[in-house]
Amino acid sequence: MRDVAVVGFAQRQMEEFDGSPTCVELLVPLFEECYEQTGWTRKDVGFWCSGSSDYLAGRSFSFVQAVDAIGVLPPVNESHVEMDLAWALYEAWLKIQTGEVDTALVYAFGKSSAGVLRRTLALQLEPYTMTPLWPDTVSLAGLQARVGLDAGLWDERAMAEVANRSLTAAEKNEYAVRKGGSSVEELLARPMYADPLRKHDCAPVTDGAAAIVLAAGDRAREVCERPAWISGLSHYVDPMSMGTRDLTRSPSAARAAAAVGIDGVEVAELHAPFSHQELILRRELGLGDDVAVNPSGGALTSNPMFSAGGIRIGEAAKRIWSGEASRTLGHATSGPALQQNLVCVLDADQTSNRKGA
Amino acid sequence: MVRTLSAPVTVAFDYTRSTGPVLGRFLTGLRDGVVVAGRTSDGRVVVPPPEFDPVTHEPLTDFVDVAATGTVSSWTWVPEPVKAQPLDRPFAFVLVTLDGADTPFLHALDVSSPDEVSTGMRVQVRWRGERAGAVTDIECFEPLRDGDETGSPATGSTQDPVTGVITPVELDYLYAASPEESSFYRGLAEGRILGQRCPACGKVYVPPRSACPADGTPTTDEVELSETGTVTTFCVVNVPFLGQRIKPPYVSAYVLLDGADIAFLHLILDIPAEEVRMGMRVKAVWKPREEWGTTIENISHFAPTGEPDADYDTYKQHL
Amino acid sequence: MAKQPAAVVGIGQTHHRAKREDVSMAGLCREAIDRALVDANMTLDDIDAIVVGKAPDLFEGVMMPELFLAESLGAAGKPLLRVHTAGSVGGSTAIVASSLVQAGVHKRVLTVAYEKQSESNAMWALSVPVPFNMPVHAGAGGYFAPHVRSYIRRSGAPNHVGAIVAAKDRTNALKNPFAHLHNEGTTVESVLASQMLWDPIRYDETCPSSDGACALVIVDEDTAKASPNPAWIHGTVMRSEATTAAERDQVNPQASRDAAAALWKQAGITSPIDEIDAAEIYVPFSWFEPMWLESLGFADANGGGWRLTESGATAMDGRLPVNCSGGVLSSNPIGASGMLRFGEAALQVRGAAGEHQVDGARKALGHAYGGGSQFFSMWVVGAEKPTN
Repeated sequence: MRDVAVVGFAQRQMEEFDGSPTCVELLVPLFEECYEQTGWTRKDVGFWCSGSSDYLAGRSFSFVQAVDAIGVLPPVNESHVEMDLAWALYEAWLKIQTGEVDTALVYAFGKSSAGVLRRTLALQLEPYTMTPLWPDTVSLAGLQARVGLDAGLWDERAMAEVANRSLTAAEKNEYAVRKGGSSVEELLARPMYADPLRKHDCAPVTDGAAAIVLAAGDRAREVCERPAWISGLSHYVDPMSMGTRDLTRSPSAARAAAAVGIDGVEVAELHAPFSHQELILRRELGLGDDVAVNPSGGALTSNPMFSAGGIRIGEAAKRIWSGEASRTLGHATSGPALQQNLVCVLDADQTSNRKGA
Repeated sequence: MVRTLSAPVTVAFDYTRSTGPVLGRFLTGLRDGVVVAGRTSDGRVVVPPPEFDPVTHEPLTDFVDVAATGTVSSWTWVPEPVKAQPLDRPFAFVLVTLDGADTPFLHALDVSSPDEVSTGMRVQVRWRGERAGAVTDIECFEPLRDGDETGSPATGSTQDPVTGVITPVELDYLYAASPEESSFYRGLAEGRILGQRCPACGKVYVPPRSACPADGTPTTDEVELSETGTVTTFCVVNVPFLGQRIKPPYVSAYVLLDGADIAFLHLILDIPAEEVRMGMRVKAVWKPREEWGTTIENISHFAPTGEPDADYDTYKQHL
Repeated sequence: MAKQPAAVVGIGQTHHRAKREDVSMAGLCREAIDRALVDANMTLDDIDAIVVGKAPDLFEGVMMPELFLAESLGAAGKPLLRVHTAGSVGGSTAIVASSLVQAGVHKRVLTVAYEKQSESNAMWALSVPVPFNMPVHAGAGGYFAPHVRSYIRRSGAPNHVGAIVAAKDRTNALKNPFAHLHNEGTTVESVLASQMLWDPIRYDETCPSSDGACALVIVDEDTAKASPNPAWIHGTVMRSEATTAAERDQVNPQASRDAAAALWKQAGITSPIDEIDAAEIYVPFSWFEPMWLESLGFADANGGGWRLTESGATAMDGRLPVNCSGGVLSSNPIGASGMLRFGEAALQVRGAAGEHQVDGARKALGHAYGGGSQFFSMWVVGAEKPTN
């Protein structure tokens, strides 16, 4: 496997973006930031890949106009996944592994506020027996939370701790749209929203975009003093059914973690749009209590659809660049109740033991 | 003045879904007032039956009827129902393990507060009066009270099996134009056609983009364009289709306005369709001023100016 | 690092129809997948990863359908990806799948592309009006017809060239049991007599709307040893350009030319017309055959394409058989069409194309395009392992 590193990252988030759902005007400054970080121009990028969803925008081929933001004369080597940025990153990492290119820029965008997000996402479900009931994402997460509460695997206090810690951490994150910790007691005193979830247990509806730069070997060293080397990148999916799965588990997350090996991870950015899901992920990924989780505040404080997963990888990379950690982890999820999961382990040292995908 | 223009858009369609044999069996059962489960290779009785066995991957063929009564295995409260959910007042989504089944099934429970629902409570199906062979034939679940009859209104199947189901999908969006597009539409509201020039390559785009597609540079210089231009190429649309707003046959043409470097699609009228040709010189015909809004539809169509056709060489690079 | 060798050892497709009312979406995919696995002499348990390709979700009204399909496709517990690059998606999906093997990440990858467009209506899904804009947009045909007119003008092509392609492809389809349209008696005359839909494109020069799926099993060198006739992947390329860049060539797009040049180079081909034995080219409207022949470098620009077509060279017994399967003109489940081109090219070099086999085909081209002629994906497959 080639050594590939994350060498650039830019993000923008807001509660409501008033521009076009193609988000071109959000992407242009993000690319500029990436070029500033690396010293590159668009001509240095060997492969482009984006993540987005037509249904967020409400029209077919909504990703096509975003290609304008790249500047595609001469034509580019480019692809698109109808998935989160983290999987666009996977496709780009893969492209670099084939040897066809040495550098890639991946980006994602989503204007959740263009529609009613928790209704739109009901279309992500099984169309014959689930979607016609229009189950919203909060309800599906609530059902999962309740199973764990009933089984005594977690309690509302543990959920509030996750929320409080996240909101506190977000105070240091200029991009978070929700911030301000208080105390577990204060959070528990707030009313139930969608029993068993309170509002702070659920990610805020967020618009936004993000971009990540990948480079192989020497190209990475040329542009970054301390590249965040991808020492493991793996993803798996579980069945969707809310009935046949053990909702308190996430086998795909466990598999992904086992495939990459998480020993020595100091900081983990987990994509958990609901507080109880962080508890599940900690257990499935096998993270010890000494691992710092979501110093960015995580998805509970900002959750732009289709970039939130990739942003976890970007945030994990930042901790390597700053020197505050030598091994970090970024996780992304997709589908209801942690159905699909991706784990990316980043290393300051490129010669660490690696397990492939 | 708000930065960007927005307008509502509804994306709606009644999807006609064919079910295949397994889901068809399940939905036929519902139509007939029976819940049909599938038995998977590991011996579990699953509702709804999965189309393919999770272990052998073979199509499921082992079906078994289960009861219309069961036990709640999880629940959550829905305080603000959204459009088309099973109930339009607050309710609970539940996972219910029907008697005879091993795994739970997702549906709604009609109770008026979270205090009235709990894990382990007994519930029963409330069947819809008129059933069509859809999961909504179960209107919802309701608490099973002691003494309630638990028999289902099973009708014995006299009709053909269900092979299809219609699932309406309707989503409302608020579509916002980009700031550049918004300036363009506002210009149109004043009877002006505004393009934008890319500072890097110098090309003038109309309608303007947030970034020049050639090099990704934000286009910033506003350029007012003439309302006269050249038809580069076109087609005559003869075919009617769902959602069409202009009645065929009509000429859909690329119009390259004088001063612009890119053509855009518009309608050609005031000339028989078969006389329209590449290179024809045209001019915008505006609707009456009182009908104007922030839309390119202020220009009703383009009509021939009567000038001699533009030389092929003057527009061939725009094809 | 060089790409590791990868080969197609299983190809499956559905019987494409206007409406496959006998199956669900999962059933449609599994029909193609099960055929591909039988062809590969493998089961779902042998597969390491699954890559799904599909065009706009609005067609079926399901967002990210690979998620609900995961269990039915045998992907539960495995890595699953979903690619969407507009009409070229079937091709791009196959390319992502082959990358997984070429990069050494997986040994056996299953890829499937599908569309069940009868659940809605393709023209509706492609023409949802955008506020503030002029609603002249009339589906794909309405988009491409003006550019076909430009080609005819630029190249001086006589009017019947499109009809030659349509008659050829529809007649070829009679030899493909899976094709959607099996229209007997399609001739140049009958095509020219059919209704004009978007002048200059006629009804019989237009692709159908189909429900269908295609699946491929792509494996590494080691696994390919068990196959008597693997189709080795000699080159894969993707290129994209903007829909509306000023002075963009919509007839012979730069991205298409660049992609083709890069592909021939990768595959070690210096004279495409001499070295390619069969081509499956994405032709949804008949005139795209001469247009793509020029763009791909089989013929000279501005007229070489229509001359090649007119001469009969692209017929099944010609110098460069194009679309022996009947092509997109005979079956068009949009998400799958690109993979069908890639798969049919593989069938040719495996000697497995049945009645529409080109005798002795050793190297074939699979090609797909999408969007406003802006996304291109293509591959070359061969009966022999690549030497580079």
